Amino acid sequence: MDAQTIKSLVAIFLAAILTENYVLNKFLGICPFLGVSKKLDTAVGMSCAVTVVMVIATAVTWPLYMFLLVPNGLAYLQTIVFILVIAALVQLLETVLRKYMPPLYNALGIYLPLITTNCAVLGVTMLVLEKGAEDPSFGYLQSLVNSFGSGVGFLVAMVLFAGVRERLENCDIPETFKGLPITLVAASLVAVSFLGFNGVVDGLL
Amino acid sequence: MEKKNTSLWREFTKGIIKENPVLRLVLGCCATLAVTTAASNAIGMGAATTFVLVCSNVVISLLRKVIPDKVRIPAFITIVAGFVTIVQLFIKAFSPSLDKALGVFLPLIVVNCIILGRAEMFASKNKVLPSLLDGLGMGVGFTATLLAMGIIRELLGAGTVFGIPVFSGFMEPIIIFLLPPGGFFVFGMLIALAGKLSKEGKAPESTGCAACPLAASCQKLQQKDNGKEAAN
Repeated sequence: MDAQTIKSLVAIFLAAILTENYVLNKFLGICPFLGVSKKLDTAVGMSCAVTVVMVIATAVTWPLYMFLLVPNGLAYLQTIVFILVIAALVQLLETVLRKYMPPLYNALGIYLPLITTNCAVLGVTMLVLEKGAEDPSFGYLQSLVNSFGSGVGFLVAMVLFAGVRERLENCDIPETFKGLPITLVAASLVAVSFLGFNGVVDGLL
Repeated sequence: MEKKNTSLWREFTKGIIKENPVLRLVLGCCATLAVTTAASNAIGMGAATTFVLVCSNVVISLLRKVIPDKVRIPAFITIVAGFVTIVQLFIKAFSPSLDKALGVFLPLIVVNCIILGRAEMFASKNKVLPSLLDGLGMGVGFTATLLAMGIIRELLGAGTVFGIPVFSGFMEPIIIFLLPPGGFFVFGMLIALAGKLSKEGKAPESTGCAACPLAASCQKLQQKDNGKEAAN
């Protein structure tokens, strides 16, 4: 692997975390972002589980699409195949973790069933294929790096937001804004801060 | 007979105001936030989701006695994914520009919790006609909310409504309303407003866990949190 490839992989990784953040820029995975970001450790557990599933799901769906669906003219079945593959993968992962890695299962296990219908996971498997269609150099390795970066970006957003929410708990909020509205306004402010990353990655490398 | 008609009417109207899926049950937030940068996209997304919601509600209601309880979620997902594929192909053929505007959020209707939520909460327990009306009502409620958000964001962010200039001349568009932060902000304001106008007079505490098919595992999470608080 030459320096140029490594450089481009680092750029893809950083872009996935900062400028193309799944939660704050692309609006994918909003439900867990709003639902399980109340406590820091639940937020971290959920994001780690999402990252793991994202990478594994991309690792499986990418070859499946390229070598099975496209050659047979079945690309239109993408949605239905991908969601079933993800559902099966999540189930498999849960079983394997429970059997062979109980400590990891205790940490991530309860989050896994929630991930099947997480749009960030299905979204990443489809978006990497879209990117690959636009840019032929965006292959399997790049897709995996992008998925991993997206997962880390999800983690960053969740952790930042969990911090903001813990501070919010002690604030005196107007009655009408208690609960979800103030959470969304806070999310809006966190998203403003992420706007600042636009163009940063291109400038870095 | 009359009583039956009123109850059917109620199944239809509850989704529009009282149990509005987005503002009161807080389901399907991703699509709501992502596609509402223009009013026309909002209508396209709303119509596509309504179609899938009505069809999947009808089919799931028809199959409710056939599908074994243990595998119901994968079965529901497969049915929904089938209808989503139909809508995807249809929109690709007849409105490529809408297909481009909605992008990945079109196939992502499959994981929109409104659809699985209604399947789990309503269609799997009720007869076909109420399920159809429930789906239609929820779909109309979803579309109306998306449209409201789309109009607000397009008006403030681009100074147009459905592409027709409204603000030309006397006000600069506030571009941030088209960007992600504006989406979160407008959504928060609408939820606060809907909460204030509702009977309870307050906004929902969190996302719509109760209607989510995976609520059981989520409740485990909350119990874990609560357990920690008690231990502290």
